Amino acid sequence: MAEQRTRRARLTGWGRTAPSAADLVDVDADTVASTLKAEVTAARGALVRGLGRSYGDAAQNGGGLVLRLSGLAADAVIDEARHEVTVGGGVSIDELLRVVVPRGFFVPVTAGTRFVTIGGAIASDIHGKNHHGEGSFGNHVREMTLLLADGSTTVVSPTARPELFWATIGGMGLTGIVLEATIHVWPVETSRCIVDTQQAKNLDDILSLMEEGDHRYRYAVAWIDLMAKGRHLGRSILSRGDHARLDQLPERDRPSALDYHAGVIASVPPIVPMSAMNRATIKVFNELWFRKSPKHRDGELQTIPQYFHPLDMVGAWNRMYGPHGFVQYQILVPFGEEHALRQVIERLAGSGAASFVTVLKRFGAANQAPLSFPAPGWTLTLDIPAGTHGLSAMLHELDHVVLDAGGRHYMAKDSHTTPDAIRRGYPRLAEWQAVRNSVDPDGVWQSDLGRRLGLLG
Amino acid sequence: MQNSFGEPQTILLLGGTSDIGLAIVRRLASPTLRHVVLACREPDSAAASIAALGADGADVRAVAFDATDTAGHAALIESVVADVGDLDVVISAFGVLGSQSEFDHDPGAAAAAVTVNYTGAVSSGLAVAAQLRAQGHGHLVFLSSVAGERVRASNFVYGSSKAGLDGFAQGLGDSLVGSGASVLVVRPGFVKSSMTEGMKAAPFSTTPEAVADVVATGLRSGRRTVWAPGILRFVFMTFRHLPGAVFRRLPLG
Repeated sequence: MAEQRTRRARLTGWGRTAPSAADLVDVDADTVASTLKAEVTAARGALVRGLGRSYGDAAQNGGGLVLRLSGLAADAVIDEARHEVTVGGGVSIDELLRVVVPRGFFVPVTAGTRFVTIGGAIASDIHGKNHHGEGSFGNHVREMTLLLADGSTTVVSPTARPELFWATIGGMGLTGIVLEATIHVWPVETSRCIVDTQQAKNLDDILSLMEEGDHRYRYAVAWIDLMAKGRHLGRSILSRGDHARLDQLPERDRPSALDYHAGVIASVPPIVPMSAMNRATIKVFNELWFRKSPKHRDGELQTIPQYFHPLDMVGAWNRMYGPHGFVQYQILVPFGEEHALRQVIERLAGSGAASFVTVLKRFGAANQAPLSFPAPGWTLTLDIPAGTHGLSAMLHELDHVVLDAGGRHYMAKDSHTTPDAIRRGYPRLAEWQAVRNSVDPDGVWQSDLGRRLGLLG
Repeated sequence: MQNSFGEPQTILLLGGTSDIGLAIVRRLASPTLRHVVLACREPDSAAASIAALGADGADVRAVAFDATDTAGHAALIESVVADVGDLDVVISAFGVLGSQSEFDHDPGAAAAAVTVNYTGAVSSGLAVAAQLRAQGHGHLVFLSSVAGERVRASNFVYGSSKAGLDGFAQGLGDSLVGSGASVLVVRPGFVKSSMTEGMKAAPFSTTPEAVADVVATGLRSGRRTVWAPGILRFVFMTFRHLPGAVFRRLPLG
């Protein structure tokens, strides 16, 4: 066993804002428990970190211990009959896809990036384009092995210690460390997707298209041009699809139907002195993106990276935002409260705040996890340069609109809101805290996000 | 914890009745702000300061702080942290101006002023730095002065105490590199405030609100030294290199 090296490191989330310094140490499933025991301090506790793709401070623990957990995808065990994979918590969806796709399986849920660990996917209860029919990541976890605060391990599932199982799903890493999980995987015949694309001319148009047609597709999401105003407000490109069947591939591609290649075509250099993302460049990008999209096109074949993870083709794209970084604002507005959604979009479009990528998704049913984000309703996601003038005040104002409508914030994305907003958005917070306190009475698991949003009680 | 816009949840103001300090707190206040602690000599008389903040939604409290009670500084910081949690922004804004002519005749009064301005800032600054280092984040703002940049005959006791403070703050900032915490040294010129009431304003004079704007921008962009107004940086760059014979003859008051 290699000696573990602990060093003070400055950490941020993917948005590159609000840094804090912690004692960072790389661990694997075999060394994590002993390292925790040896290095943790009572004052600042410990936290597990995966790939640091949550946007705010969810994977930071200022002044404390941060355990960066890795795992080997090659060790994943696939049960082909039961459509299940047992995999280490530190393994990324990127690595897992390289193992399971050639064997004819696909992860149950993927976010817009594949650089998410299994542990991170569980802790944030990530969702993807299939939420309306297939729920979030937690719905597909059969069983997990957790490292608890006292150094012991336990196996949890929907039937074994179900309260701890559901508190861990969406629990932001504050109930224990996911050492290993058994997850359901979908059988697929090919590594291609078949995609229908359609333009919507305004907000009413896109909402009704999604209401009427999403259920016919496995995957569905809309991209909104937030720079468009007036009668074009909410103009969108709706993209919906499924995994392609073998008979949908051209003859010549069938022998390589399950080949999977996911690469990075270019990377943004480490130092970007100023933001390349400003109102002008973002407006041009959005205009071009809208114009290049077809008015209507059915049956297009795309690869998994093209369809699910387009931004991953550019490495370290977060650096494009320059030294101030950026914030992602993702909120949920329940069905029946579309007026609030409209108000948010109108306010943003009228504000001059430029969002590079704005995504609208229609959620399906919620799961049982007290801190899970998705619930029946609309979710809107934007990326905005953090240096945008007046942005913070506007987001605080939008928070009220969202919360008054019975909505909430996605904590994996949050980097600006308040404990009060979380209490209002997550009425089952106290129930979650009771479970957490029962397995971590001394408060070993801590994070900057937990402190900032008052999760730790 | 600060959010991604650098909006603090907790602010500690050492020198809880300082006009500039209060202006900075007002400038940094947002719906994110939860706790403001005003550390001042007489907490009972801080009611006006608390009212002046008008920080709605945030809890504002005053605690007793004596800059000369250096032995008590570490315990004070600990008790504040026990009450409000991590310190996101700490502003070291206390100080006395005094009168040079009085100091000329009363060395004891001069020493007392220097104890407040320099010794007190060193002691409380180190206590704060220890906490920021332990929590792995946070900003410590020191109100220095251009008076310390090139000390003038008209207020050399005050100026020398600020020169000492400025050097201390810069060194402390360097020592915190890599800790997640940072120090911002603020060098205002003549600020129209209760401290300078009745005095004739010097050229490039400014206001507490203008200083607060400079501080907020400096914190946001990770600066380590800021001047208020910014032009004084260039004025004092020149002053610093003037021969003494020339500097002494300048009509600087």
